[in-house]
Formats: sequence, structure tokens, C-alpha cells
Amino acid sequence: MIHLENVSKTYETGSKAVRDLNLHIEAGEFVFIVGNSGSGKSTLIKLLLKELEPTSGSIVVDGLDITRMKRRKIPMYRRKIGVVFQDFRLLKDRSIYENVAFAQRVIAAPGREIKRRVPEILNMVGLAGKYKSYPRQLSGGEQQRVAIARALVNRPGILLADEPTGNLDPSNSWEIMNLLDEVNRQGTTVVVVTHNREIVDQMKKRVIAMKSGRIVSDEEEGGYANED
Amino acid sequence: MRISTFFYCIRQGMQNIIRNKLFSLASIGTICASVFLLGIFYSIVVNFNNIIREAETKVGITIFFDKDISYDQARMEEIAAQIEKRIEVQSMVFISAEQAWEHYKDKYFEGRPEMAEGFAQDNPLAASASYEIYLNNVEDQTAFVEYLKEIPGIRRINYSEMAVRGLVSVNKIITYVSAVIVTVLIFVAIFLITNTIGLSISVRREEIRIMRLIGATKFFIRQPFIVEGILIGLIGAGIPLAVIYYIYMNVVSYVVERLKLLSGLIVFLPVHQIMSILIPAALALGVGIGFFGSIFSVRKHLRA
Repeated sequence: MIHLENVSKTYETGSKAVRDLNLHIEAGEFVFIVGNSGSGKSTLIKLLLKELEPTSGSIVVDGLDITRMKRRKIPMYRRKIGVVFQDFRLLKDRSIYENVAFAQRVIAAPGREIKRRVPEILNMVGLAGKYKSYPRQLSGGEQQRVAIARALVNRPGILLADEPTGNLDPSNSWEIMNLLDEVNRQGTTVVVVTHNREIVDQMKKRVIAMKSGRIVSDEEEGGYANED
Repeated sequence: MRISTFFYCIRQGMQNIIRNKLFSLASIGTICASVFLLGIFYSIVVNFNNIIREAETKVGITIFFDKDISYDQARMEEIAAQIEKRIEVQSMVFISAEQAWEHYKDKYFEGRPEMAEGFAQDNPLAASASYEIYLNNVEDQTAFVEYLKEIPGIRRINYSEMAVRGLVSVNKIITYVSAVIVTVLIFVAIFLITNTIGLSISVRREEIRIMRLIGATKFFIRQPFIVEGILIGLIGAGIPLAVIYYIYMNVVSYVVERLKLLSGLIVFLPVHQIMSILIPAALALGVGIGFFGSIFSVRKHLRA
């Protein structure tokens, strides 16, 4: 599903964020990417979202070589990927329903489809009763569920989560992780970038550890990197 | 584009306007001013042109021939044919010595035809056969008179210069001055609209970032801002049109009422004739300013 071959990214400042990365994630996998800040995790996410261009190497996602992709094809590519961020990035002036529907309006989904699909996905993340609320009226965990609903509403094949529990307390963090696990079981490839040692250790998933822009370990049913 | 997407973009555009009311109002205000001045100047210039055109049809150049030619119909016609070939000439009317006398007689011996009887057999204007020449464009008059002076056999050229020339130059001045003012205002309006849209974009920066990540096309992201610009342009053009319509109706009826004496000279164009040109022109101008203003802004703020 995601294949990186010899990918390097050097910023204009000269700092090497990612060095010679080789990474293969198959369809249906659940993968943690761990590492300290500055390890290159965020750069990796940005490369996958095509917010950044690699300095060298190739990135193939779902059979598409995104390093050679034309600009105007980027929106279509991004529709294949759902993204969730640490800071939720919800639209504060819109209701929960509108926040999720927004993702469908953006891709010009028909009105009927929006009316059917939004309640369905809100139900799945356990927020069916709060569709009229505004983000500020929800807890952090609930806001993150809205973000997940928004990321999934267009049925992407891949869900990228960048520090999804970074702003949450432990019990909310677990709820989010269980939700992501559920999403994965339904067939979506899930890639989670995180700092959260406890969660990584207990979930027994594939763990890729990064340090200074390189992959330093890649283990099935791994734990948080032991080397820091 | 889906209809729902279309309405979504319109709604977003309207929301943008409402959200930064102050800037939107400033933009609408400048467009109002440009369209209003354009409308006023247009009304004046068109009416002036109309008056000039009326004058042109009434004011002609009259030429009289040398004595020997004046009795020779063939030679007069020969000269006339030569003149009539010129492109400036719209029409020519021959006035025979007899017609001239009839006209003169009626005018000066009005009510006392017996006094004119004495001349019955001896036309005092026998050498006064003439041609009245009407030009297509009264501005050509001076040059044309110079041309006529060169033609042998023409004794005298009568033409009235001042009135028409004055109108033409006043009209030219109004046209130039208004063109300059309106152009300046259009630039100011585009500048203001660019900033207004820029503000809308900065308010929505986060939303745009999310839209990009979700896979919104460039078109979809930009659309609401273009709509915003066009709406501002439409509102900015609509208001002054209504005002001009109202003013024009009232000013015309006021002037016609007060200056009955001039009614023969000054004929105002009917309001619907003015509006039939002004409405589409002003709307096109407003929409154009809004469209290009927002395009500039979107280009500047939403690269990538």
C-alpha cells in the first residue's frame, strides 16, 4: 500500500530530515511510527500527504508514484488518504455534522450521499447524539473522534494519524486508539505517529522506530524503542 | 459542477462578505462611486452628443457661386457633384434663386406682400442660388470649409462655427476627464477588493489548509472568494444604477419644467434609452472589477 524507496529529504536550510528511508506497509496493516521530535516522523507524514517533495527516492502509494505526480492530481490523491492531527483541526464555527459533511462537500459528493453517510459515520465514532454541538462544547477525546469521522467519511484506503493522542488524557487516548483499531479491523490501513509509550507497548502492533531521519528498528508486535 | 456545490460556493461567498463587513462595505462603496460617476458622465456625454447631433442636422454650410456661374445651372451642378463625392458630406440641398427670394420675401415682407410685388419681374437675389451642405460629422467642418475655399467659382461660404464647435469641445473635455476619473476609481476599487478578499482568505486560512488535506481541488477552494468578489461587484453596481435612474428621471423633469424656453434646443434622451446601455455596462464593470480583484487576490494569497 505504501512503499518508500531510498527516500531522502533535505530542507533548504541544509538539515536532513529523512535519510535514505526504505519502508513498506501493506494494505490492512496497523503501524506505529515512533521516535523523538526531530526524528523525521512529521516529515514522513508530510511526504506521504505530498505536502513536501522528497529530495531523492520514490514514494508509491496505492500503486501511484506520487513523486512524479502532477500538481492538479494531488487533490484526487489526497482523497485516498484520511488524516488526523494532534490539534484536531476542526472548523470552530461549524457544528459537528457540518464538520464531517464538509469533507464530503469538498469532494462534491451528492447531497443525498452526505445525508446518509454523515450520520452513519458519526454513529460509528459514537457521537450520533452530538451532531448539533459545536467543537468547543466537546471534550478533547470527542473532538478527536469528530476528526476521525471526518477523515473516514470519504472511505479512504489509508488513515494517517499524526500524534492523535498528543493532547488527550490516558482514558481518552485509549478510546481513540481502540477506535483506530476498530477502523483497521474494518479494512483501512492505519499509520499512527506517536510518542505514547504506554499505548505502543500494550497494543502489540508493528512498530517502526525512527531516529535522526533513519529507521532504527522495525518489529512486528514491537514495543516503544528501547534505545532512548 | 453539482448544483449543491454551486449553492455551497454562493453561500460561502455571502458568508465571507458578512464576516468582514467593514472591508466589504469599503469595496462596495468604491465600486458604487466608480459606477455612479461612470453613469453620470455617460448620461451627460450621451445627451451632449444627442444635442450636437441634433444641431448637426440643423446647421449646414451654405455656398454661393460667382456671378457668372450663378446663372449657369450646369456649371453649378458640376461643382456640386465634385463636392458631393467627399466622404464628409452627408447630403446637399440646392436652393434656387427663386426659392431664396420666396423665403426672403416671406420673412421680410411678412404681412405686406404688396411691397414685394415691385420685385416681381426682377429677382434681387438672382445671383443667389446656393447649396446647403450637411456634413456627417460637425467636427470636420473647419477642414471642410478650407477645402471649399480652394474650389474656384465659389464666392461665399456661410457657416456657423461657434455654437457647434463649443459643444464639441465641451463634450471632449467631459469625456476625457470622466475617463480619467473612472479609470482611477476602477483601480482603487480593484485594489480595495483585492485586499478585502485577502482578508477573507486570511480569516479562512485554517479552513483552506484543511480543505487541501482533505483533497479539495484548487477550483473548489478558490470559488467562494471569486463569488465574494463578483457579489461585491454586483451590489456595488446595482446601488448606483438605481440612484442614477431616480436622479435622471427627476433632473430631466425638473430641467424640462424650469427651462421651457430651451425645450426646442435641449432634448433629453429618454431614461430607458440611457439605462438600456448603462445597466449592462455597469453590471459588467462591477462584475469585472469584482472578478479580477478576487482573481488577483487568490493568485497572491493562494499559491500552490
